[in-house]
Amino acid sequence: MAKLKKLEDYRDEIDQCVKCGGCRAYCPAFGAEKHEGRVARGKIALADSLLKGDVDLEEKFLLDMSQCLLCGSCYAQCPNKVHTEDIVAATRREIADRKGLSTFGKGVGTILKNQGVMNLLAKGGGAFSKLLFKKIPDQSGLRLRFPAPFIAADRTLPPLTAKPFRERCSEVIPGDADKPTVLFFTGCGLNFMYPESGEALLKALKFIGVTVIIPKDQVCCGLPAVSAGAAKTVESLAEENLTVFQKNKYDYIVTACASCHSGLTQIYPGMGEEFDEYRDKVKDIFVFLVEQGFAEKLDELPKHKDRIKVTYHDPCHLRNHGITKEPRAILKALPQVEFIEMEDAGTCCGLGGTYSVYHYDTSKKIGAKKAEFIAASGADLVATDCPGCIMQLQDSINHADEKQRVVHILDLVAVVLPE
Amino acid sequence: MFDKSIVTSLQQISGKEQVLTDKADLICYSYDATQKQYLPDVVVHPGSVEEISQVMKLANEKKIPVFPRGAGTGFTGGSVPTAGGIVLGLTRLDKILEIDEENLVATIEPGVVTEDFQKAVEKVDLFYPPDPASLKVSTMGGNVAECAGGPRCVKYGVTKDYIIGLEIVTPTGDIIKTGGPTMKGVVGYDLTKLICGSEGTLAVITKIIVKLLPKPEAKKTMLVLFDSIDGAAQAVSVIVKGKIIPTTLEFLDARTLDCIRQATDLDVPDAAQAVLLIEVDGEREFLDKQVARIAEIVQPLGIVEIRVAETPEESEALWEIRRSISASLRQINPDKFNEDICVPRSKVPDMIRKIERIADKYQIPIVNYGHAGDGNIHVNIMVDEKVPGDHEKAEKAVVEVFEGALELGGTMSGEHGVGIMKAPFLDMELSANVIDYMKTIKRALDPNNILNPGKIFPSD
Repeated sequence: MAKLKKLEDYRDEIDQCVKCGGCRAYCPAFGAEKHEGRVARGKIALADSLLKGDVDLEEKFLLDMSQCLLCGSCYAQCPNKVHTEDIVAATRREIADRKGLSTFGKGVGTILKNQGVMNLLAKGGGAFSKLLFKKIPDQSGLRLRFPAPFIAADRTLPPLTAKPFRERCSEVIPGDADKPTVLFFTGCGLNFMYPESGEALLKALKFIGVTVIIPKDQVCCGLPAVSAGAAKTVESLAEENLTVFQKNKYDYIVTACASCHSGLTQIYPGMGEEFDEYRDKVKDIFVFLVEQGFAEKLDELPKHKDRIKVTYHDPCHLRNHGITKEPRAILKALPQVEFIEMEDAGTCCGLGGTYSVYHYDTSKKIGAKKAEFIAASGADLVATDCPGCIMQLQDSINHADEKQRVVHILDLVAVVLPE
Repeated sequence: MFDKSIVTSLQQISGKEQVLTDKADLICYSYDATQKQYLPDVVVHPGSVEEISQVMKLANEKKIPVFPRGAGTGFTGGSVPTAGGIVLGLTRLDKILEIDEENLVATIEPGVVTEDFQKAVEKVDLFYPPDPASLKVSTMGGNVAECAGGPRCVKYGVTKDYIIGLEIVTPTGDIIKTGGPTMKGVVGYDLTKLICGSEGTLAVITKIIVKLLPKPEAKKTMLVLFDSIDGAAQAVSVIVKGKIIPTTLEFLDARTLDCIRQATDLDVPDAAQAVLLIEVDGEREFLDKQVARIAEIVQPLGIVEIRVAETPEESEALWEIRRSISASLRQINPDKFNEDICVPRSKVPDMIRKIERIADKYQIPIVNYGHAGDGNIHVNIMVDEKVPGDHEKAEKAVVEVFEGALELGGTMSGEHGVGIMKAPFLDMELSANVIDYMKTIKRALDPNNILNPGKIFPSD
């Protein structure tokens, strides 16, 4: 049975924090709010106090624990490599265990009221057609990212597609016999919001003769539920996906969503040894494409005369796992692209799973900074590898009254490939 | 008992949302990098010098301890609220008020982060050299209060060498100015220098006037690997004797290198028993010559390898070895006693040998690295607090390390300060009448002993 770790299982990890405070330089939530409770060091002190029984689940505790994007920026720079994102997620589960899942949401909700951020609530339902929202399964991370009454009125959202990606394609798309077979783990973002990016992926894989399996019964990876502290949801989603992974035959599982990649490679392996064999099978699509010599193939295409200036945003969940070169390699090889590196490409966009639902104001502040770097780069397009980032970056750019568009790298790849 | 009316008064001074009393909030302001924890009764983040003055007047009247705090990155407990009371957070005062390019002077508020300040002055080709390891997060107020150092201090000196004026709030709540923006000034006592390094016990710093230098045109990094610690130590002497003062002269001893070999895949040949990381800065054409000259004069000292960085990326790669230490040390043991003794630079080899003897005597690993160029050695006594007896052994070793440093004409602390961690040992280094002299100053300025009490001086 898939089982997530408990907070007390992180005792040693918590003790690894030496309180140097280095995380203050990298935490996006701290950067926006400047309160020690927002930063990794503070959260670890709080988790430690909770384990020792020195603090109750009071409102401020819930607020601090909710104020984490789980982006892992702190981990990436921590001299002792403390996984604060895991500790915070485990603390959220602990809160849910002790008080019931809704308490976390409720506690946060009351605080939102106190902070006068009521504009965050209700009214924004217009962004989603209620009818279309019904298409999203109850357990999908998208529901956690946008629980209906919590959508901010001024948030830009992509329209939900009338026909999800997995309903658009057949379950197996055969390629060349001598080429590998991959299982495409689509994730909710590509399936419900950006189906064209999914189609773009199929086009790229077809171009190099790879056989693709797109199981219809795959479900949400569960990462947003990790963020929400909903242990049981994560565990049952993982079980369902495990069944899908077990009953198909393939060489690799590819993802085109940084969050899914993280869910499959970071969350699942800790849940039971039956997941272990899949950790190494999971590949981000650009890592896979680069390994298959795709960049060289793109390089052979004649360069366009007027190229579009494109910059790249590193999704946290790829950057943390060292995947930074491959998406850039593909972008640089594209004939229509003039690649520009922006300042601080690796800082979080501010979405953070359920974070931007509860803390849209802070999320906007973090996004505003990102929008500044994007504008300063002089790029016309921002390309990235995560539907969540795409949505958040576009929202931030719109709020900043800038004109850049955000796309999935796959969208840029698809247009230069033959039909 | 803490008088609850204080909270109301603080709310009136700084506004309700700037006053924190929830347990979760208090926990977040209860520690620093010493990992010692003391809960305050209340945390306040004032927004102006006037508010700070009012807080101090209130605290002085009610005799409530006040603990000024920047980023809370100190290694000796300078900011921890050891006696409850008020944590006075200064991070809202975070403006760079002026960078005066004509006079090479800047005026800043205490909450400005050190690196942010350095980046701001470097944008106009100016330079603020002190570079404590925590510079990405530490505040300038904290740097001044602790007189922070850093690798570049070999050539450029420490924080106090750059602070020429301050605005401070006294423990009784008066707002006064010390020094000023001039390069010279000898009217009256040099209170600016007194406050620098006073560890927040004499005043709350609210404004800082900083002297700046022109930014060096370029720098060059080299890594020299020696077959013995003696070679490395002698190299420091001969380089300085050769009239070259590098910006940085960091050394790593054999045990440190062992840790790095175990914990990382960095290229550290087994033959290397000590390493010097050397950086020179100045005019570009001058640097190649300096590096060549250094390579020449260290040649007879048992060189395993010399690596010279030709690009900024290569330079970063050389620094990687130095930066990997902290995480690597944990391979040996989970807990460390982190001391920062300083001896005359010619005595570094003697000191290292003394430390090796102490490590052997107590059978605990002691790992040394640090700023060889100014004799400042970071002595890391690695223990496992869960092993019975380890803690006591380490405590005894610490005392012997201090004794060793003092015998060689050194000091117990080159950078970190006294705080609560070294207070019990103060009389090892300072004579009774010196301590008395200092305490007389403290008593005169802070008659009710409310400002950062319990720091520097052992409690009577």
